[in-house]
Amino acid sequence: MKQILEQILKYRDLLFMLTLRDIKIRYKQAVMGFLWAIFMPMVAVASGLLIKKAMSVVSGKPMDLASVVSISVKVLPWTFFVSAIKFSVQTLVGNSNLVTKIYFPRVVLPLSSILACLFDFGIAILVLSVLLIIAKIGISVYILWLPIVLFLLVLFTAGTGILLASINLFLRDVKYIVEVILMFGIFFTPVFYDASSVGEWKIFLLLNPIGSLLESINRVVVLHQMPDLFWLTYAGFCSVVIFFLGIIIFHRQEPYFAENI
Amino acid sequence: MGIAIEFNDVWKKFRRGEKRNSLRDAVPYLFKKISQKNDSLESKEFWAVQGVSFDIAKGDVVGIMGPNGAGKSTILKLLSQIIIPNKGEMKINGKLSALIEVTAGFHSDLTGRENVYLNGTILGMKKREIDKKFDAIAEFSGVSEFIDTPVKRYSSGMCSRLGFSVAAHMDPDILLVDEVLSVGDISFQAKCAQKMRELLKSGSTIVLVSHHLSLIQSLCKRVILLNRGEVLKDGLTDEVIPYYENLVFKSQEEDLKKKITSSSNYKVRVKADIAVEISGCQITDGQKKQKNTYHSLDEINLKLEYTAQKKIDQPVFCIEIIRADGVLCCTSRTKDTGFVIPYIEGKGRIDVNLRAMNLGPGIYMLKISVWDKDLIHPFAVRHSDVLRIEAERGYIDSGAVFIPQSQWNQE
Repeated sequence: MKQILEQILKYRDLLFMLTLRDIKIRYKQAVMGFLWAIFMPMVAVASGLLIKKAMSVVSGKPMDLASVVSISVKVLPWTFFVSAIKFSVQTLVGNSNLVTKIYFPRVVLPLSSILACLFDFGIAILVLSVLLIIAKIGISVYILWLPIVLFLLVLFTAGTGILLASINLFLRDVKYIVEVILMFGIFFTPVFYDASSVGEWKIFLLLNPIGSLLESINRVVVLHQMPDLFWLTYAGFCSVVIFFLGIIIFHRQEPYFAENI
Repeated sequence: MGIAIEFNDVWKKFRRGEKRNSLRDAVPYLFKKISQKNDSLESKEFWAVQGVSFDIAKGDVVGIMGPNGAGKSTILKLLSQIIIPNKGEMKINGKLSALIEVTAGFHSDLTGRENVYLNGTILGMKKREIDKKFDAIAEFSGVSEFIDTPVKRYSSGMCSRLGFSVAAHMDPDILLVDEVLSVGDISFQAKCAQKMRELLKSGSTIVLVSHHLSLIQSLCKRVILLNRGEVLKDGLTDEVIPYYENLVFKSQEEDLKKKITSSSNYKVRVKADIAVEISGCQITDGQKKQKNTYHSLDEINLKLEYTAQKKIDQPVFCIEIIRADGVLCCTSRTKDTGFVIPYIEGKGRIDVNLRAMNLGPGIYMLKISVWDKDLIHPFAVRHSDVLRIEAERGYIDSGAVFIPQSQWNQE
């Protein structure tokens, strides 16, 4: 394990270059440039608002600003997760010319695509922060929890991405399964609604580590509350486990990549 | 002098044919595997490298040769750690760099400059190192003018030159080279050779894979000859090269013979009325001995047997020697030498002494034909004989048809 991390550290320049490559290519090809980073979250927020409106019509409760804000706050991490997984799943197969021809620690390929998505996420966060300040949503001491929660989110995303990238190399149709899960995953995760709104089924939503992480983010940013420590600990545990599992499995399979691609 | 590369009884197997790489295939396969314990895949596997062992000392230049499918690329991939052996051990001491597919890391949308950084880091350089060497790399590649143009606008030659110069500026302890020296024009090739010599001087170990005999001969002291995944011969360059030529010629000869038999069958069907048949041709050397291969300086004697169905007046016998690549190398006709055969009828024999022809090493086909006296109409053509000329020791194949018995002097 230590050896793997050392290797990544040794190739950090490569990681940086590959990330830069991904970002550059994405922004070069898209006419919209940096709008790219907020395009998908914007669409997601719009659809979330529609759902929220429908729910408020049905329940008779009026739509309040806090619920609108909490959708935007939760959509950003969710879109980061979705795009990072989507890109990293195919990094090994997509870079087959590199995998079969040059030796370097392969783990930098999925990692760099996750970092590139993190860059988009960062830009989107900046835009959202401005909006939140304009909306006078306020700030509390609990915001200090945010870096920890985001770190866990990145850890979980990285672990899942690395794991899926190596599985997809051996079983090519995994990519499609992942895409389907990600597409409908937004309904199984408390993004557009709060976990509490499904009553006693709440527990199933929070068992999904992304779900409990999103809830924590919502609490510290929008509701100015302490995160639910039990579920946060649970999500943190899951993130660490999946990260190390991903790296170890990836490392074990790495020697067989070139001939199975 | 330490050891740079150590191969100890290395085995590597590959699968032939399609492989399962989707979940859809893998699930039924798992059930099948549980229900019936035998793995049918085993039969589709083959050994690409079988028990290869060798050591390469630091600072050596070693050539790896072999016909197609001998396992050369597999060994390079094993060396560059892209794949791992199934059995056996290998040790590599030092920083290794491979000049294989030098443009693999390029992305067509990025500019030359960005690609230099990207490719350099993929090969294991630090960003700071590239900063320092960037000007030298751009200068060496000769595309400095276009360095800020996206690589997709480059010609393929420009791409590979840029790729080569990045890889060449790695300053590795061990350099693997696979047929990349054919990149670019003559002046660029000269630069490459110069760079290799510089690396050699600084004590790098070089492993060179090439079919280019003269390159191997001019650079390597030692050659490892592979065939079908095994080491056939390992030794000094001059000793090993004849084995290599032997191997290549043998397969060439087999191909040629196959072609001959298929074409001669065809000829027989077309010619209904065979007036004359050349039924045999015996090749011997000056001592009237039959050999598998002849030397360039050997006297070549032919004994032709013919059967004439009817009497033919003043026939002309013609021998053409054609190299495997189709070049007509020489002809000899009875008429040209002033030798006149009054007539032929029934069975008979004709001897020809072609003397020493000084032919270069290679495979030659003999085309023997019988013509009427004015050389207008052939009675019979036979091309089913093969003459194989072996290289003299230390001779570098130049592709020339003849090697004259020359004598050089300096005034």
